[in-house]
Formats: sequence, C-alpha cells, structure tokens
Amino acid sequence: MASLLGRFCRKLVVPGSAHGSRMTSTTACGSETVKSLNLYSAINQALHIALETDPRSYVFGEDVGFGGVFRCTTGLAERFGKNRVFNTPLCEQGIVGFGIGLAAMGNRAVVEIQFADYIYPAFDQIVNEAAKFRYRSGNQFNCGGLTIRAPYGAVGHGGHYHSQSPEAFFCHVPGIKVVIPRSPREAKGLLLSSIRDPNPVVFFEPKWLYRQAVEEVPEHDYMIPLSQAEVIREGSDITLVGWGAQLTVMEQACLDAEKEGISCELIDLKTLLPWDKETVEASVKKTGRLLISHEAPITGGFGAEISATILERCFLKLEAPVSRVCGLDTPFPLVFEPFYMPTKNKASSSSSLSSPSKNTHFLIHGFSRLL
Amino acid sequence: MAQHLKSSKSTFLNVLRHSLAFGSPSHASRHLRQKLPHGGPPSIKKVSPNPLTRLCNTMVDTLSSSHEDTNNESFTNIQVMDFPGGKVSFTPEIHFISESNEERVPCYRVLDDNGQQLPNSQFVPVSKEIAVKMYSDMVTLQMMDNIFYEAQRQGRLSFYATAYGEEAINIASAAALSPDDVIFPQYREPGVLLWRGFTLQEFANQCFGNKSDYGKGRQMPVHYGSNKLNYFTVSATIATQLPNAVGAAYSLKMDGKDACAVTFFGDGGSSEGDFHAAMNFAAVMEAPVLFICRNNGWAISTPTSDQFRSDGVVVKGRAYGIRSIRVDGNDALAMYSAVHEAREMAIREHRPILIEALTYRVGHHSTSDDSTRYRSADEIEWWNKARNPLSRFRTWVESNGWWSDEAESDLRSRIKKEMLEAIRVAEKTEKPNLNHMFSDVYDVPPLNLREQELLVRQAIKSHPQDYPSDVPL
Repeated sequence: MASLLGRFCRKLVVPGSAHGSRMTSTTACGSETVKSLNLYSAINQALHIALETDPRSYVFGEDVGFGGVFRCTTGLAERFGKNRVFNTPLCEQGIVGFGIGLAAMGNRAVVEIQFADYIYPAFDQIVNEAAKFRYRSGNQFNCGGLTIRAPYGAVGHGGHYHSQSPEAFFCHVPGIKVVIPRSPREAKGLLLSSIRDPNPVVFFEPKWLYRQAVEEVPEHDYMIPLSQAEVIREGSDITLVGWGAQLTVMEQACLDAEKEGISCELIDLKTLLPWDKETVEASVKKTGRLLISHEAPITGGFGAEISATILERCFLKLEAPVSRVCGLDTPFPLVFEPFYMPTKNKASSSSSLSSPSKNTHFLIHGFSRLL
Repeated sequence: MAQHLKSSKSTFLNVLRHSLAFGSPSHASRHLRQKLPHGGPPSIKKVSPNPLTRLCNTMVDTLSSSHEDTNNESFTNIQVMDFPGGKVSFTPEIHFISESNEERVPCYRVLDDNGQQLPNSQFVPVSKEIAVKMYSDMVTLQMMDNIFYEAQRQGRLSFYATAYGEEAINIASAAALSPDDVIFPQYREPGVLLWRGFTLQEFANQCFGNKSDYGKGRQMPVHYGSNKLNYFTVSATIATQLPNAVGAAYSLKMDGKDACAVTFFGDGGSSEGDFHAAMNFAAVMEAPVLFICRNNGWAISTPTSDQFRSDGVVVKGRAYGIRSIRVDGNDALAMYSAVHEAREMAIREHRPILIEALTYRVGHHSTSDDSTRYRSADEIEWWNKARNPLSRFRTWVESNGWWSDEAESDLRSRIKKEMLEAIRVAEKTEKPNLNHMFSDVYDVPPLNLREQELLVRQAIKSHPQDYPSDVPL
C-alpha cells in the first residue's frame, strides 16, 4: 500500500540513479550540462533533437500539434512547422500505415499512438507490413525509419483502456523492435536510438512516470544502445528482471530485501525484442535465482519467454524455480487496481511451494512478500 | 430572467464569435464558408412551446438586429449558423439525402465495344510509339499469364494469379505515369512492372523463387517488387498498401518531386478499413496520390452486390472530399487519359484522386480457384469476347495504320519463345542460399537468429533427407 501511495505523493527516485548506473550508457563525458527533467520533458527533448538533426523526419499522431495529451510534443509544431509536426485524423491504422509509407521513402516517421490501449487497429500494419517490409522485398525496400511511440501501463485510475501493457503481442513479431525505458534519462537516449535504428521500433513509454519521475538528463544529443540490458543494481542472491515503471517498484523491494540480508541484482531489460539474453544469463548463473515482474497479465506475458529461455540456459545453476510476479489474468480493473498490480505484498506461491530447501523457500517466498 | 438573459447573451455572442474561427482554411471546407444570398425564403416564425428554443430564437433575433455587417459574415439571415467546420444553412424541411443518386455515375470511355473511337470523345492523344508499346505489352501480359498459368497446372509453379480482362488497366495506367511515380500494387498489376521494363526472366525468377529473385525466394509467386522500377513489393494482405501510398505521396510532396504515388486495389479492397483510413488521410494531408480501383465485379467468389450497396466505389470519393472519376477499365485510351489527367491534378494541386475502373475478372481469382463454381461460364465468355480490352485497342491501333496481322504474329511468336526460355532458365537456377532465411529480418541479424541458423544447420546435417536438396547451404 505504501508503494501505491508513494506513486501519487512523491517524485520518484529513479531506479539505478543513486548507484552510478551510467556505466553502459554513453552519457558520461565530464563537462556536459544536465537538467532536471521529468519523463515527458526528456522525450520532448529527444524529439526536438531528432527533428533538428534530420530534416526528413516527421512527428505526427492525434493531437500532437498542440503538444499532445501528455505534452511530449510541446513546441515541435511551432519550431519545425505544421508540415513536419501535425495532427492526424483519429485512425490508428491510418497513422501507422501513413508512417510506414513515409519511412519507406527514406524518411524518419515518429508516430504517436495516444494510448497503447488503442494500438490494435494498427496491429495489421505493424505485423504484416512494417515487420516484413524489408524481408519480403529482399531488402529492396525497408521502413526502418518508423518509430511508434505509445504511453503504456498503469496510472492509478486508468481502468481497461488507459492502463494496458501490450508489449507481449509485439514481442512475438520478428522484424520489429520493442523498447521500454525506465526513466527520463534512459528514455531520451533510447528514443533517439530507436528513431535512428534502421528497423521499425515500437517504443512504449510508462505514462505513470511522465510527471512522477524526475532525473538529471544531459542536454546534448546522446543515444543508449538497443538490445543491451543493464544491471542497475548488483547483487549475489537473486536476479530480478523488469522494464519500465515496474523497475521502480522492484527497486523498492530490493532495498527492503537488503534489510533482511538478501542481496539483489536488478536488471533493466530496456529492449524486449530482440532481448539481451546474455546479460540475464550471466546474472542468473551467478545468483541461481530469477524473479521476473511486469504489469501485463501473467499468462503469455513476456516474463514467460524470459523464464523459458533462462531455464534452457541456466537449468543446472538454478536453485529455485523461476518466479513471475505479474498482473492478473483479468482486464485491467479500476477499483481493483491495487489488488491487480504486482506490488510488494504479492506472494509468488508457485515458487515457494515447489522449492525444496528452507533457505530457498525463505528467499523466494520472503522476497516475493516484499515485492 | 432579464439578468439571466443578459449574461447568456454575452456568452452566446462569445460562442458565435469564437466559432467564426472554426472552419479550416484548407480547400476542403471552403465550400462551407460560402456567402449566402440575402433575402432567403421568408422565415416562418412559429412560437415554440419550448422555453429554451424561445430563448434561442430571441437571442438570434436580437443579434441579427444589432450586429453590423463586417467582412461578409452576415448574421442577418437567421437561418445560418457557424458550426465548427464552417457555415451550414438550415432547412425547416425534414429531408433525408437519398442513399443513391437517381442516375448512376456515368462511365468515361473513348472507344466503343468494337474499338471505334466515339464521336466527341475527349482523350489525351498517344503517339504511335506509345500506342504500339501499349498494345504489345497488353499482348505480352496476356501471354505471360497464359504460360505461367499452364506451368502451375503442370506442377512446375506452386501458384499463379492471372490478370485476364484487366490488361488495359495494367498497361494504360502505367503508360500514363512517369517512371518516378511510386507504385503500391495489390497483386493483379504486374503489367505496370512490365511496362517499366521488368523482364520475363525477372518475373519467372520470382515465381520460381530462385536465387535471382529480388525477393530472395521468400514469398509466393506473383509477389513482385522492384526498387529500381519504383514498384513496392506485393503483400497479400488486402488494401494495406493504401495508407502506405498516402505516406509515400506526402514524402514526394515534401521533397518537391514531380511525381505522385499510385496505388491499386479491387472492389473487395474498398471494403477494408485501410481504404477508408487512406482516403481520409489523403484528403486531409493533401497528398498527391492516385487511388485506382479495379472494380472487376468479383472478390474471389463474392460479387459486388455482396460487397457494398453504394453506386460502386466512385461515389465514395466525395465522402472524403476526393475528386473522382469512373472509367471503362477495358478501354485503354480512356484509362490512359483518366490516369494522365489525374496524375497532373494530383501533383499540381497536391490532392488525391480516385479512379474507379470498371472491368471484369475474366480469369479465376487464382490457380486455387475454379470460378465456374460461382458464376456462369457464359458470363465469363461474354466479357472475354464482347468487352475484350485487347481487341478493342487493337482495332483502334490498326485503324491508325500502326499495327498488322504480321506484327501480331511476330510479337506472339517472339514472346512465346522468350517466355519458354525464361521458365526453362528460372526452373534450373538454384534456390537462394539458406542464410537468406535469416537475413533482412532486421538490417543485421541479431544474436537469436545467428543461434537459430546454427541449430537449423545442425538439424540438416543429422537428417539431410528431411530437407529439400535444392536449397544451397
């Protein structure tokens, strides 16, 4: 409950920021200026830079002209003109289809879907066109310049249609990339990488963090590599893997676990497709335990892919079953949101039941309780 | 009450003043902001029993008497009010717009069924060179279709789809375009590629999926694509290419190119959501794109009466604010002219154009279809004979002294030889290397694909008999 209240009442300390997690990012060069920014401002900065550095880049979607319903596109139309930053009709299949056509002509099309909950009309365009554009043409054509941005995830009061985490649907589509940042600084670097990556990217932004997360973000143009997971907290007893807003919850759990003597290694996956198996594998081979957590419903969620892969690669090193602490298999509820969410007081009953050793039992059951 | 009236009036005035700003300055809503004539029909003021209505009527009266005429925006006609999007006039009659016009939209044609030029026909003249190439390519397309279809029947090709009956649409539209116009086809427009110079060998390579196929053997036959000829690769999904074409058109406009995007689809395709999305976007974005609908009467076994209840596809253009024309798709000259004019308008005026080409799908939907199961052989035969696009155009070309029986037989024997050779070569050319299963999924194969390739190669090594031997490793 405390964590839930925390979501509303205070600006968050961004995961990894207190522990020098800058190792793998390209931000560390001594004299750059940084500014304290929230997530939507960081994304806004990335978009400004993207449009500035490539004259054949475009930003469009519903309501982006006035700045967007989450203010991510503030100032872009004024600065770059309505020919490059514009509102579209209310039609997701048109937005993405149009974006594919623009990208196919060598432009960068950064399209916005207003809420990830509304991305499905565009699913055919994404799966059957964008993802296969290069392959089916024998590399004569591609729409790599396409980036689809959408706010995703719980916001406290969003209900069925303003809270969804649909990443798993897209992770099943060879040919696209799926990227989810955890914080403002990460978002700016990952979004610039996504925009400039020569493959179509679906970029989910944790809407809950748009205002809630504040971080020092370098003002210059920088990119954070895709398909590279980051160990944002080192530990030796258990590996935790997550992405986006859930890492904030998981980091709180890690802090609590540490008080009980459990050393936790927390990994931000960042790119879900193609995902960095090697980093997770190396970590689990060290710790022997894995817990995956995501807001999306547990059945068929991306945690299942991570679990299956790690079981294949690390079976003999595992001291306990892989645990998943996720959203429930229901449509995302309104009044029941606090019960639905994978918060600290959820138990991972399957792990605790099947783990043989007492020590392991404590680790998994106790840890999950803390989560 | 008076107090309430005063404050409401000022709010009302503000609303009206504010709503003057509505109505986009674009072409689309210009007609909605036309000045209305003064002194319209006398307004019969009935005293409404509804107090709110009485209040509103009083407002309007008060406004109209106190407001001064400025900038042609007149409040004196109380039967007009600005809504967001522009002025509309009111009517006291309850009148539903009919679901259809009394007359169907007429179909533009230049040649009659026998290939005679109609009197007073307007058309864009074609030179001898263009006319001969057009006719020759129509013949080539038909022969190519014949020979590939037979090859499939013989088991040498897995699949094929012909364009019988639609040769004029294919060739004449291509002839009216420039090589810089980018094409987003459905799958029944290989003639556009043919016109632009795709060779019979290149067609055969794709159909056989050999290593010379530009698509690297990844797709079924007839899924052609050529970046050097500005023809985007066919995807079997219906109408998905339409919004893509709009985005491409927008790019051409922004880059200031003297070119447009052209996209083809069938009567069936016009039912897809992507058609509506694309048409609306094209109009709003003012994109130079041609939407060419091949209304051939059938979507596999579904006749147009089960597809829509409008007067075909041409009337849908107006719903989106798009200029449209209905053309005889089996009349090469009419197709040529319509596409020529449409292209010019699209590029010069930055607007989309809808062309509905009426035609008939003489062939089956594909080699997986036997259309005699859902339509009469007589119907097919009639269209093939009475409205044949090749014979009509041939008559006209010959009437100009530009063609002869000798030219015809020379062409046909040459094409037949070329086709058989193309198939012979394509058939014996080896398939693409196995590594092309994994390349181009992304720009660079990610780690998981490199691993999977190793696993597949191991599996082949252990059980080579389970895998086709014509794919080089």
